[in-house]
Amino acid sequence: MSETIEAGPMRAADGTPLKKSLARALRRQKLRALALIAPLLIFILVTFIAPIADMLFRSVENQIVSDTLPRTVVALKDWDAASDEAPGEPVFAALAVDFQIATELKNHTKLGSRLNYEDPGISSLFRKSGRSADDIGKSFMDRFVGIDAAWKKPETWAALFGDDVWLADATAWADAKDKDAREPAFKLRDGVGDALPATAETYRTFARAVQAEGRKGLVETKPWPVLFTALSQDLTSATPEALAALTDVDTALLQQAATAVAGTEPFAYRDAFLAIDKGWGDVDAWRTIRAYSPRYTPGYFLNAIDLEKGADGISARPDDQKIYIKLFIRTMWMSMLITFSCLLLGYPVAWLLANLRSSTANLLMILVLLPFWTSLLVRTSAWKVLLQQQGVINDILVWLGLVDDGNRLIMINNQFGTITAMTHILLPFMILPLYSVMKTIPPSYLRAAKSLGATNWTAFWRVYFPQSVPGIGAGSILVFILSIGYYITPEIVGGTQGVFISNRIAYHISTSLNWGLAAALGAILLAVVLLLYYVYDKIVGIDNVKLG
Amino acid sequence: MKLMNTLLATTALGLSAGAASAVELTFVSWGGAYQQSQLKAYAEPYMAEHPDVKIIWDESSAEAVAKLRAMNEAGNISWDLVDVTVSDSIRLCDEGLAREIDFDTELAPAPDGTSATEDFGNTLQNDCFVPQIVYSTTFGYRTDLVGDTPPTSVCDIFDLAKYPGKRSLQKRPIDNVEWALYCDGVASDDIYSVLGTDEGVEQAFKKLDTIKDQVVWWSAGAETPQLLADGEVVMGSTFNGRLFSAIAEQNQPIAMLWDRQSFDIDGWIVPAGLAPEKEAVVMDFLKFATDTQRLADQAKYISYGPARASSAPLVGKHADLGIDMAPHMPTDPANATNVQLYDYSWWADHRDDLDAKFQAWLAQ
Repeated sequence: MSETIEAGPMRAADGTPLKKSLARALRRQKLRALALIAPLLIFILVTFIAPIADMLFRSVENQIVSDTLPRTVVALKDWDAASDEAPGEPVFAALAVDFQIATELKNHTKLGSRLNYEDPGISSLFRKSGRSADDIGKSFMDRFVGIDAAWKKPETWAALFGDDVWLADATAWADAKDKDAREPAFKLRDGVGDALPATAETYRTFARAVQAEGRKGLVETKPWPVLFTALSQDLTSATPEALAALTDVDTALLQQAATAVAGTEPFAYRDAFLAIDKGWGDVDAWRTIRAYSPRYTPGYFLNAIDLEKGADGISARPDDQKIYIKLFIRTMWMSMLITFSCLLLGYPVAWLLANLRSSTANLLMILVLLPFWTSLLVRTSAWKVLLQQQGVINDILVWLGLVDDGNRLIMINNQFGTITAMTHILLPFMILPLYSVMKTIPPSYLRAAKSLGATNWTAFWRVYFPQSVPGIGAGSILVFILSIGYYITPEIVGGTQGVFISNRIAYHISTSLNWGLAAALGAILLAVVLLLYYVYDKIVGIDNVKLG
Repeated sequence: MKLMNTLLATTALGLSAGAASAVELTFVSWGGAYQQSQLKAYAEPYMAEHPDVKIIWDESSAEAVAKLRAMNEAGNISWDLVDVTVSDSIRLCDEGLAREIDFDTELAPAPDGTSATEDFGNTLQNDCFVPQIVYSTTFGYRTDLVGDTPPTSVCDIFDLAKYPGKRSLQKRPIDNVEWALYCDGVASDDIYSVLGTDEGVEQAFKKLDTIKDQVVWWSAGAETPQLLADGEVVMGSTFNGRLFSAIAEQNQPIAMLWDRQSFDIDGWIVPAGLAPEKEAVVMDFLKFATDTQRLADQAKYISYGPARASSAPLVGKHADLGIDMAPHMPTDPANATNVQLYDYSWWADHRDDLDAKFQAWLAQ
């Protein structure tokens, strides 16, 4: 580096090498340009890209299972999901700790509703079990308190698991009763995590929850029953040496408890859970938990294309639940139909607008824009009044004698209704780009063509039409993309055969709260649109699209 | 004495010259006549007693669950009290989005001292939900389109020979599958155990198949009254209050078919994680708005039954029409001879599954 500077022949006025100086100037310019667009860029990133990315991320995200039941998920790895028997004692022992913590943190029902999307019935299994989950912990608590009443006291636990310095601070804080000060953040005692891993972890969760609530200090809060469950499990597996290695704590208390625990019958976790709810013996529930234990899942995407992920891999959904593929195809097909009918109706109107005297054209333009400015719901409801069986159109047809009163036409609550109403609603999006493109086509071209002997049709088809293609492209893209995302109009006039995939997305977002599935459906829809856009670009060429 | 206190408080407030700011609360409800009845019966009397409280209404109850979840994720809850149905409250309570309520200490007892828990009785469905009204989804029919023998049983819905013409049903499985099974001969008590099996679901859809091409499916409560008024359908299901206003307020040729009406409950939840000062005001309002008299007052404006047993005798006349409201209540003994009881926890488990099947069935 230093060599180049010494050898560099060209230098700027201030003595720096010219190359460097130029690069710096260029960089400064680029930064300035970036700073100018930064507000817009940040705005788009924050309000548009980030929420979409976040929403799409939900379609694969599945951390709730392993976050809520961490030990159970690990223990379940050894269980053979193909077997017809529910998992054994170790899994239920892990579940006892996980589930009680989840109920204390009120996470169990969240997990229940997540898993219920995959296996109906789990949500009430989790909800009902939550009410009596700490029965397990309480039976352990009774055992420990029977050994030594000190186990009941919060101080015993704080002294056992808290760092000495923290303990002194926390005790001082509790004595001071200063309402504004917060309890010093909990710190785990060194070494206790090795000797009593599950209990230390549980106590840390307990400490975090108590301190987050901030009403009472740790040294004053009654220990959760689950702590006794965890401690019992730890003491069963802990070696006497590991316990002896703990210094500065009441090892005698622990040793005494360990001896007592070793002397009693092992606790029957499985029976305890089955006593709470028979559902815990259901193999399917366990298969679901196991199948959905990874942190990321293709499950939502599989659901979105009528497949399902079971214990034995991916399979097609039963016929009575297949719906999404059908809806995707229907959405695409009907959107194309709507786009086509918009083009059919919009092209002559745009041509008129572009070629009439400007005073007449302006009047017509207002007629195009007026419905455009009217509320979407009003326009859709108006179609209802027009199209229904006792509606205006049927009444007129009956009055004219074209239709028999008993056989009124069904024009609503079906695909015809959706296509009619949406064509009307989206028509301006076709007319406006067409109009602005046609406005730029000089009328003299047509006259020239005719003067050279072309018929009206040839002049239009060979001269005028090719020049209006960019407007058709722009209008079609606009109408098509808008229509695949529509859901209000299909919901109101579509009946059962005229609804779109967006109606299901809206349902999963706002009613079933299955945001993962909604995100997967949305991601697929987005991918299909991008694919169509690519195909369109290859065929028509996106440079050929003009909005004016 | 109370007035005196209020006056003193108001004066003190005025004297502190703008330092004391008014509490602004956002309540969420369903809009329309129902929200109006809440405004008249609860909010206006409360604001009269507490001039420093200002209540703003948001008509978002239909999307309340999704919006509350989004607000919670964004960490900014801008609602203070939300009116929801029981099934939505179960979801909110499950997700930890609604605050748990201690009914006996945080709500008013009945005037005779009966505890709130006992007074609300089985309308209490979960720990977060304070019931307000009992409404029902039931049928109305066009009196001029059903001939000389008006329908008397819910199963007449499935009788196309006797009552030809279209009928409107809600575009969701809930209620419809129960009616279908009931009319297919399943005993009332067995409906949910039958529905729990694949064959039971199939049986329900098979029954619905018999009228499928004569059904107009609705998704907004106002649709059936409109369809009936237009003569588009002969009979249709909707919320009983909607039918009441079509019959009593708009004098349409419509009559109620109370048989097998499906009871549901609507009430309040308090979003979890409100600021303590706000929460105190909200809880105070909630205690006021769900006491015996206030619940009875609401029935002056809309024909939904008060959720408290002690409110029933206090139900009076309609505020504008002056007609007796008791006979129009879904809970009136004459109307409630054959009632469908909604099993909330069953539906909480099976709603998504059955909805997928229902949608697939609709699309066939």
